Amino acid sequence: MVSELINANPVVYEKKERRDRGSRAVLDEYAAEPIDQLEIFDHIRDIKDPEHPYSLEELKVITEDAVDVDDQRSYVRVTFTPTVEHCSMATVIGLCLRVKLMRSLPSRYKVDIRVAPGSHATEAAVNKQLNDKERVAAALENPNLVDMVDECLAPSYA
Amino acid sequence: MNFEDEDFELREIQKLEGHTDKVWSVAWKPATGINGIPAVFASCSGDKTVRIWEENSTGSFQCQAVLEETHTRTVRSCAWSPSGKFLATASFDATTAIWENVGVDFECVSTLEGHDNEVKSVSWNNSGSLLATCGRDKSVWIWEVLPGNEFDCVSVLQGHTQDVKMVQWNPSMDTLFSCSYDNTIKVWVENGDSDDWHCIQTLGESNSGHTSTVWSLTFNASGDKIVSCSDDLTIKVWTSKMQEWDQNAPWKHVCTLSGYHDRTIFSVHWSREGIIASGAADDAICLFVENNDNEVEGTTFKLLLKKEKAHEMDVNSVQWNSGDRRLLASASDDGTVKIWELVRLSGQKLLFQVADEVFDESAEQACA
Repeated sequence: MVSELINANPVVYEKKERRDRGSRAVLDEYAAEPIDQLEIFDHIRDIKDPEHPYSLEELKVITEDAVDVDDQRSYVRVTFTPTVEHCSMATVIGLCLRVKLMRSLPSRYKVDIRVAPGSHATEAAVNKQLNDKERVAAALENPNLVDMVDECLAPSYA
Repeated sequence: MNFEDEDFELREIQKLEGHTDKVWSVAWKPATGINGIPAVFASCSGDKTVRIWEENSTGSFQCQAVLEETHTRTVRSCAWSPSGKFLATASFDATTAIWENVGVDFECVSTLEGHDNEVKSVSWNNSGSLLATCGRDKSVWIWEVLPGNEFDCVSVLQGHTQDVKMVQWNPSMDTLFSCSYDNTIKVWVENGDSDDWHCIQTLGESNSGHTSTVWSLTFNASGDKIVSCSDDLTIKVWTSKMQEWDQNAPWKHVCTLSGYHDRTIFSVHWSREGIIASGAADDAICLFVENNDNEVEGTTFKLLLKKEKAHEMDVNSVQWNSGDRRLLASASDDGTVKIWELVRLSGQKLLFQVADEVFDESAEQACA
């Protein structure tokens, strides 16, 4: 896939303990439960980095705080931080995040994916591409790219 | 026409299901929905197919044909030739297919190859003698329509620095317009009759243009105004004093409509009598009309109505039928096409008077 690693020695952080969302007091079991920050984070934390055997959470590419969600408005924004400034994998990571959320969230949701301000050399270009749905649709018809995305997403379905 | 002191409603007539993926674009067949001819339109989708829909005697639409097994990837846009005899379809599979319509059948009679990868838009000129295509390879191609369903590439236009989202011919002369991910609109004309096409103007940020991807543009009926829409959440109106004898007259920014959509605006379409429709990623459709109250600031537009939640997902395309009823078709990521009719709140149907300078049917009939 990649002959030379872009970031050969990434810092690996410990995974946060998974909190049980079900333990919250249930007042009305039939009430619609709003989608919250932790639920979104749980969908994406185990996505594998495209070039390392670690999850996006372990590499601190995403954190719980990087997820902004407004269930009322059906809106999610995920801000991720590539491990190095010139990371050419940034668009692949962004695509993985978008695909995972597309598959996991109700279709009413609007999703914005962006790199953290100052974290990438071509920040504006990466953000523009990740949020151009025509380019995303075309990318997802590219079998090589889909294989790559599916491989990264596999652990997140476990 | 008078939009003052009237309340209008965009009434949903029908929701059309059949596509199994997002619907990217719709196109009404010319001269249908008028003089008793049933309205017909095409829709194209991420499911790699094109569907042809026809109005029946009760005024509801049914799928009449499915054009499949030709494109191998998303069909991004479609356009009818002015005579309605041909339908051109542009696909992410790098080809543009030409379909001939005989009766209820559609036969793929030609496949235009040349773009490196995704073709995003296709447009016929007013006489049906030229076709333009554009795509991710940043180029715009002009094809000459020859007898025997032959299409000859006469020019490849380079100039945009990013993928070209849409091409559109001016309805009154052979001037071509393209808009792009590079945030600009470019105007292309031919040098005499030389097949030498070149860019005469670029409408960008320095001309009060868009600050992000320009997704779509269309003309008013007479062709002297353009409306464009963008990822910058604005709609812009442009005008030119262009005439038959001077295609080079520059286009100027007239006004910017902002604050109406809060996500990317993918489509705008100008009806024959001057109503601008817009469709966006906020799932809404807006309609705008020229505002005649404001003499100080020159031409401005005002919101006629906003239809929130027109679809369950992004609205990718809005197109007015130019026939008797004020029908609007919209296509969405939710996989459906909807047919809307613009009506007065009183329920009274709108029978429009078309502006004289545009098309005076009664006068034409009187002369005949």
